[in-house]
This record gives sequence, C-alpha cells and structure tokens, in this order.
Amino acid sequence: MATMSTARERVKDEAKFTAGLRNRHLRGQIWMRFFQAAILLGLLALITLMFNVVNRVYGLTAVRDAVPVSTFSDRPLEELNASELAGILVAQLPSGGRVLVRDSLIGQENYNNNREAPLSQLIQGVTLPDDVGALTLAQLQPENTQVIFENAFTPEDMRLTIITDIVGREVLESWTWSESLFNRAAIDEKVASTADWEGAQLEWRSWLNFSFLTSRMTTVASESGVRAALLGSLLTIFLTVVVAFPLGVGTAIYLQEYSTGDHWFERLIETNIRNLAGVPSIIYGLLGLAIFVRALEGITQGRTIISAALTMALLILPVIIINAQEALRAVPPSIREASFGLGATKWQTVFRSVLPAAMPGILTGTILGMSRAIGETAPLIVIGASTFIANDPTLASRFTVLPIQIYNWTKDPREGFSEIAAATIVLLLIVLLLFNATAIILRQRFRRSLSA
Amino acid sequence: MTSMTLGSGATAIDLKHVKVFYSDKLAVDDVSIPIYKNKITAFIGPSGCGKSTVLRAINRMNDLIPGARVEGEINYHGKNLYGKEVDPVEVRRRIGMVFQKPNPFPKSIYDNVAYGPRLLGVTDKRTLDEIVERSIKGSFLWDEVKGDLKKSGLALSGGQQQRLCIARTIAIEPDVILMDEPCSALDPIATQAIEELMKELVKSYTIVIVTHNMQQAQRVSDFTAFYSIRKAEETGGQERRWGVLGEFAPTEQLFSNPKSEETERYIRGEFG
Amino acid sequence: MKRYALNLHPNTFVRYQNRNLFSLYQWSTLKCLLNIVCDNTGLTPIHIRGQKQDMATTIEVKRKNGAIEAALANDASGRPRIEKRGRPFDDFMRYLLLACGTISVLTTLGIVWVLGSEALAFFTSVNDQGNVFSTVLGNLGNFLTGTQWQPGAGLFGIWPLLEATLMTSFMAMLVAVPLGLGAAVYLSEYASQRTRSTLKPVLEVLAGIPTVVYGYFAITFMTPLLQGVFGRDTVQFYNTASAGLVMGIMILPTIASMSEDALTAVPRALREASYGLGATKFETISKVVIPAGLSGILAAAIVGISRAVGETMIVALAAGAGPRFSFPPDFFVAAETMTGHIARISGGDLSYGSIDYQSLFAIGLALFIFTLLLNMLSRYVTNRFREAYQ
Ligand SMILES: Nc1ncnc2c1ncn2[C@@H]1O[C@H](COP(=O)(O)OP(=O)(O)OP(=O)(O)O)[C@@H](O)[C@H]1O
Ligand SMILES: [Mg+2]
Repeated sequence: MATMSTARERVKDEAKFTAGLRNRHLRGQIWMRFFQAAILLGLLALITLMFNVVNRVYGLTAVRDAVPVSTFSDRPLEELNASELAGILVAQLPSGGRVLVRDSLIGQENYNNNREAPLSQLIQGVTLPDDVGALTLAQLQPENTQVIFENAFTPEDMRLTIITDIVGREVLESWTWSESLFNRAAIDEKVASTADWEGAQLEWRSWLNFSFLTSRMTTVASESGVRAALLGSLLTIFLTVVVAFPLGVGTAIYLQEYSTGDHWFERLIETNIRNLAGVPSIIYGLLGLAIFVRALEGITQGRTIISAALTMALLILPVIIINAQEALRAVPPSIREASFGLGATKWQTVFRSVLPAAMPGILTGTILGMSRAIGETAPLIVIGASTFIANDPTLASRFTVLPIQIYNWTKDPREGFSEIAAATIVLLLIVLLLFNATAIILRQRFRRSLSA
Repeated sequence: MTSMTLGSGATAIDLKHVKVFYSDKLAVDDVSIPIYKNKITAFIGPSGCGKSTVLRAINRMNDLIPGARVEGEINYHGKNLYGKEVDPVEVRRRIGMVFQKPNPFPKSIYDNVAYGPRLLGVTDKRTLDEIVERSIKGSFLWDEVKGDLKKSGLALSGGQQQRLCIARTIAIEPDVILMDEPCSALDPIATQAIEELMKELVKSYTIVIVTHNMQQAQRVSDFTAFYSIRKAEETGGQERRWGVLGEFAPTEQLFSNPKSEETERYIRGEFG
Repeated sequence: MKRYALNLHPNTFVRYQNRNLFSLYQWSTLKCLLNIVCDNTGLTPIHIRGQKQDMATTIEVKRKNGAIEAALANDASGRPRIEKRGRPFDDFMRYLLLACGTISVLTTLGIVWVLGSEALAFFTSVNDQGNVFSTVLGNLGNFLTGTQWQPGAGLFGIWPLLEATLMTSFMAMLVAVPLGLGAAVYLSEYASQRTRSTLKPVLEVLAGIPTVVYGYFAITFMTPLLQGVFGRDTVQFYNTASAGLVMGIMILPTIASMSEDALTAVPRALREASYGLGATKFETISKVVIPAGLSGILAAAIVGISRAVGETMIVALAAGAGPRFSFPPDFFVAAETMTGHIARISGGDLSYGSIDYQSLFAIGLALFIFTLLLNMLSRYVTNRFREAYQ
C-alpha cells in the first residue's frame, strides 16, 4: 500500500510536472520547426529546379564564325532570297556545290552505282528544269547547281547549310543568366584574353525562341531546333491516346459496371492493373522492344512512332483505368437506378447516363496519363528513339521526342547543348502546363454543365 | 445563482457568462454555473443545445477546433482557464475527459492506461505497473482484463472500452472528469457498470456528465444543468439557433419541482 | 433477370423515389434518360414514379390530374407497353469491354513472357554445357552472386549493377522518407486549410515533373554542388550520391502525399483522446497519430523504394556509365545501376538475339520481380491498416 501511494504522488508531483511541461513544449517547438523545414525544403527544391533550368535559357554567349558572313555577303543572311543564298552556296562550297548535290540529294551510294545517269533520274522528289535534269553530276556548271539548290532546298535549309558548312559557326561558351548579370566583367575579360578565341563575339541570347521551335536539328547548338522532336512528341502522344483511351475506359467500365468481383478472372484483372501501375517504365521499354519493334516489325516498321505509341499506351493504361474507375465510382448509384427504373438496358444506362456523368473525371485521368507519357523517356530509349532526326517524322519513320532530346543534349559535352536542353525542358514544361490547364478547364466546364 | 444560494460546499469550477462561438456563430450564450467539488453535475437538454460545447470549453478542448472561441470566465482554483498565461495542456492534465464514443488508442490495454503517466515523465516500470493496475481496478475492469494486459484496447467490447477510457483518464489523477454521454454507445448492463463506477469515483473526483437519459441524470447526479435552444429569424429567412442555460439546481429539486415550464416539458419528454 | 423496355413521351417529368431528377441530377443525364424512353407511347405521361424493388419493377404513369393511368409491373406481361426483348447488342458490348480488360492481363503476360524467354535464352547461352538444366542453374548462380559485369569477358554478375541500384535508392530514401514524412505531418497537422490548399498543388507539380528533368537537375546543379562542398578530388563528376539525392527529391512528393493520406485517415477521436489526457500537440502526433498511421507511412516508403529502384533517367544521366563494384560502397564515384545499364546498352547499336541483348532482359526480369514484390508488400501493408479501423 505504501508503494501505491508513492506511485500516486509521483503522478501528482506538481514541481516535476511544471518543470517537465516546459521541456515538452520545447521539444514540440523544435519538431514543429523540423516539419516546417521539410515542406520548405520541398518548396526550395522546386524553386531551385525551376530556376536552374530557366537560368540557362537566357544569358551571354560567345560565338565565333570561322568565315564571317561579311566576307561573302554585304547583307545579313536573313535578308537574302533563295537564288542569292543558292549563289553563295555555289560560290563558297568546295567544287562549286557538287559535293553537296551528291551527298544530300543523290546519295553517295546511289551515285557510285550510276555515275553516268542524268540528274533527273538520280534526284528524286525534286522537279528540275529539263536542261539541268539532262546533265550528269560531272557536267554541272555553277549556274546549273544554283538552279538545283533553288529548287531542292528551302531558304531556311540553305541558310543553315551556309552557317554550318561555310561560316563554321561555333559556340565557344555560354553563361547562365545570373552569371551574365553579376559576373559580366570576368566574362568580358575571358572573351578578350583567351588566346584561341580570336574573333569571338559576345551576345545576349535566348535559347528558347521561335526559330528554336521551327528549325531542324543541326550539329551547331546555336542553330539547332527542336521541330522534329516536338512533332514527334505530339504525334506519339496523339497515337498513344487514340489507343489507350478506349481500351482504358472500356476496362474501367467493365470493372466498375459489369464486374461483380466474384469471378476469378475479374479479380485477376483488378489485381493485375494495380501491379502494372507499379512496374518500372523501363520494363515497358523492354516489352515494346521485344514485341512491337521486333516481333511485330511488319506492322510497326520497327523503331517508329507506332512502336513508341503502342508502348506508351500500355504504360499509361493503368493510369487511365484507375482514374476512370474512380470517376465511375463517384457517379451516384441513384443515377443508375433511375435509368434502370425507366426500363433502360445495362448498356443504355452505362453509355447514356453513367458515362456522361463520369466524363470529366475520366478526361482528367486521361490527361494525367498523357502528362506521364509526354515526359516518359526510359522506354523510348530502350525501344530505340534516335538521337539525330533532321526531317519531320511520320508515323512509320524513325523518330525522336522532347524528353529524348533533353536526354541527348544533356549528355552532349559540346558547348551550348546544355542550354538547348534547358530550352527544351522549358518547352516540355509548358506543354505539360497546357495539358493540366486543359484538364482544369474541362473539369470546370463539365461541372458547370452538370449543375446547369 | 452562486454556490451560496445552493449552499453545497466548495466549488471546483465556476463558469461565469460563458459564451462559445464557432467561427463567429454563437453556439452557446451566457452560461453561469458552479461545478461542485466531489459531486456529479449532469448536463441535460435537447440535441444541439450546446451541452458538449460547454463541456469541451471546460478543459479547453474547443481550442482544437479552428475558429472556435470562448468568451467569459471559467474559474478553476480562482484562476481563469482562459487567462493569457494558462497552458491548455496543463488544464487538460487536471481536467480529464471521457468521450461519447469509446476511443481507446490502437495500442495494448497497458499502453492505453500508461499513456498519460508516461507523458508525465513516469518511466519506471514498477511505478507504471502500479498505476495501471490501480487505474484499471478503479474502473472495475481489472477482473475482466487482468490476464492479458497486452491485448489491444480495440479488442474489448464497447462497455469495456469505455471503462478502459475511464481508467486511462484516472491514471493521470485529474481533479475533474468530464464525461460526454459516456453511456450512449453502451447496453444497459454496461451502462449500469459505468454508473456504479461514477458513484465510486465521485468520492475522489469531481464529475461532470452530459446525458440524454433523464433517469440516468436522476440516478447518478447531485446537480443538474438544463440547457435549451433559442431561435431567431435572420435576414434572408434563415434561422439562427443557439443554446442557453435553462435552469440549474440540485437534481432532486430540478426534477421534482422545475422552476420553468420549459424544463418541465423537457423532463416530461414533451420535446427534445 | 428479365429485361423490359418502357417507352415514354419526351415531355415527361421524371421523379424518382420522391426526388426530382431535374434538380438532383444534371440536365444532360436527364436528357440521356429521356432519349432512352422517348420513342413512342400512347400516353402523355406527366409523372413517373419508379420504385426500386428489382431493377425495373413498378413504374406508375400518371396524368397531370394525378389519376394513375397505368401501373406496370414485372409480372404484368400482358400489358401492351412493356415488351421483353433479347439483348444481343448488350451482350456484345459486355464482351467487348471484357476484351479491353483482357489487354491489361495480356500486357502482364507479355512482360513475363518477354522477360522470361529472353532471360532463359540468356541463361542457357552462356557457357553451354549440354545439360540445359545445369547450365541454367550454373549461370543463374553466377548471375546472382557475381561481382563483375563484363560482357566482353563473358562475366555477367549482377552485383555491380545491383549495388549501384541499392546505393542510389538508399540515398533517395535517406532524403525522401524524413522529408516526405515531415512534410506530410506539417500538412496534415500544422498547416491551416489555406496553407494546405496552396502547398498540396506545389507537391503535385513536383510529382508531375518528368524524371529526365530531374536528371538534368542532378547534372547541372547537384553534382557541381557536391563537388563544391566536398572538393573535386573526392567527388567524381558522375556519382551515385548526386543521382540518389535528386531521386530523393523526386520521390518526396509521393511519400508526402501518401503519408498525408495515412495521417488524415487517423480518426479525430484518437487525437482528442490524447489531448484530453494532457498531451501536447507533438506528443499527440508522435505517440498517437504517427503510430496509428504507421502502416500507411510504411506502404508509402515501400512504394518510394520501388520507384527509386525502377527509376532510370536520373541515374542514366548522373550516376555514370560502366558497371563498377566497390566495397565498401563509395557514393562519390561513378557506378551504373540496373536501369542505367539497360538504358545505355539498348540506346546503342544492339543486335537482336546477341548475348548483350538477352542480358538486358535478365536484368529486366530481376528488376520486375523486385519491384513487383515491393508493390505487393506495400498493398499488403495498406490492407492490414484498413482492417485496423474496422
Ligand atoms: N465543430 C463545430 N463547428 C461548428 N459548429 C459546431 C461544432 N460543434 C458543434 N457545433 C454547433 O454548436 C451547436 C451545439 O453543438 P453541441 O455538440 O454542443 O450540442 P449538444 O448539446 O452536445 O448536442 P447532442 O446532444 O446532439 O450531442 C450545434 O448547433 C452545432 O451545430
Ligand atoms: Mg453532444
């Protein structure tokens, strides 16, 4: 009994309690700071990440032209018309541009096999004047070559060729926006004093600009564009959604509206989807490589956008299904009951009552899936996206996409490529933003029409 | 009404003009009552009249609800619980609470009861064992669980869980125990057990109990506060409702000879 | 189940279970309903009331004056406006939908088949000793225990790749678990409604950023930062620490949001019980809320590990190329993870059917099994948690 009362006294001990309470509160304060710090660190990470990218998109760049434009043209290239540009190519390129005709229009191998054939036979897809078409490559005069260039190339192409092959433009170094602002003196000093930077020009440059979106890839960072990758991404995503949306929504409808969950196969589908959602994306790449690229090569033509889109469709299928299921689940059962109560069949109920009510949720889920697909890189590396694609992609051509370009350019040690990787990241994030904004607008519009 | 007019010994807590707001909406208006030491005070009244609200104001439980605000004074040992320097943790350590729905922690019976003492810095195993045993015995649960204190508190029956919650509360030796409809989730036998327990506990504790059961209030309590609802039309046709104190008196007196007609109608079961 | 079709006039005012469908549900749904029922009827019904007994059981059709025109019931088979129809189209749609669902099962089968068959080819092709069974067993043993991955020398031991995977994942969890849990606690316990509603979308943004962007971040920010802090001599340009840390940031939102769900699911009553016993806020969190939500938090951490193990782009960019086994582990040197290796080799020129090609699938199989087990474990843990609160 004596110990009993000491235990009781211990609990009631006022002095100890008051002293302890201060410590308890202090400990709570410290931990609260830690919790706060955790979320602030998350925020800080996001800000740093964004700043780190944007910081590289705009800044000072040192560029050098081996043969400045002024040595062969008194006006800037942008102001010249097609025939003037063609004239420069003919005048400045080795052997009067014949090498360019051979390499980019005829093809080396083709030429070696048919040296004596007239050009009209050798050059496909370009209409040449009859007199020029009748000549062989060896017979070409400078004025003929100029005509060929005018007909075969766009002014944009010719300008790029001039810059890469004649001018020999080279990005020596580029600085981030913050460096350019706060470290200007050191940069100027470096440009002036570096021995083999003779003739370098320092200029402010935004790596993300309109011509970056519209021009093709080249070997010079400052002239390179992301057009093929942007088109590749859009095509891939389009085809992905076309395949994944009906399959995903169909599965969700089956699981939510038809399945009772009693049959083993229905449970298998359900569990299977949860498991698929956790499979690393690179595994889907291996699947796509073995099935779509290799086994189904006859249909997909190998490493093409079709293969990529089919792989991506499988990848985002679980996302779409799970979100669509959730949206269907949220439709109040009374809507179904009311429809059945009016004598509608199962399919009529699903298609005309339940599905429209669930549509905003389903679309939101689909856009989530699209956001996932447009940023996904690993599976496309595995199925073999290309590193260098100059021409606009088609469904059955080799291709590249935005994240692949980010990956390639990030790895590229040459000056300027890290900057165009950053520009591509900004572009990708803008596309993602557009997706999500669409999702929000869609949702709101649907909500309005629902409540009206 | 003061303790003088009722003449029943010392007050443990004195509520003076207590008003409670939920996000600027008045929930209870102007409650002034004494809570007598070592007595059971019952709160009765129709649903929504603010019994729980007043009860929770007494141990500053309302602090946890965003937007809740208390005006007036609640004096405990001559100190206003809502004074600036008062620490709600300290208040709750002295004024314990048992809730309507039994809410044992998803821990063992032992850990449930030892929770409070551990907070108070008791780490010694022997002392803890003693406290746990005494508290569980104090809530008449010992015979049912003594064999297996490691069992989860959630594995007990509803009535046992509620007694475990009471054991948990008395383990920290509070002055006052607030009980919000402690029997509403229980069957008559468990209810009886809790009622007996209250009569036992009141020898060493002061108890406030909210109940919807008039018989229960009559059976166990020494004093009863009856709350009722006031209504007013607001602009826009909306109705505003808030609770007020209807009557406070010794239980016997309130039930046998209610002063107001409203009280009488309520205890006769005509509304509420 | 018998099925009936009831056709009604478009000017139908529909009530269901005494609730007005016009006000309860959206106009579009109602229109859909009406589309279904509007074809033809002899009546001009004003009022329909359906009573749910079976699916379509009793439907009363009323005139405006309230007199009941007809009460049509399931068993009223003789009534003219109810006809029983076969539903071949409905059955067809059902099977079509089921076929959609089958695709996902086929995907899994496809993964298992592709990984399995190529891995088997891999395990049978190295050092062919005639007896398939012992060859496979021997090669599997070498694969699982070998500490050298040198395809040129015919050495295919997974440990160099596995070690790098474990190192980056460990590093990631070191960042993501405490910070993710901390952020979850802050959001669910401390933040006001307004703060929460602004901070949660920020976390979602962080979760929605493509991983290749994190890879860029690792190379252009984290690696120079580490080199700046620890010196260029200690920290190689490609290293697992940088990749792991950035991966931690990537996983943080997942863990934070899953943990937050687990914490907010802890009933209010438990918190109140704790406060009622005189606990401080932090004591309530650490002794009641977190333990009660522990299985949810655990599940979040397991999902985090699984994502870290399967993550490719960050390690492909920042961790380095070339399998390398180091003991004791050194976080500041380059190493190649399982995923990084698959990405690098398949990105190059790879001839189908070669042993290099097949080895990728063997690694993929290991990865698949690993992440599958983790995900199943996570779901098991979550389900246990659900049972704890009835
Ligand atoms: N957390 C809260 N936020 C806003 N209003 C609340 C809150 N809790 C209670 N109220 C309001 O305060 C009034 C009193 O509620 P209270 O729970 O105190 O009533 P009660 O008398 O305990 O009722 P019951 O007998 O049903 O438990 C009610 O109108 C209720 O709507
Ligand atoms: Mg109440």
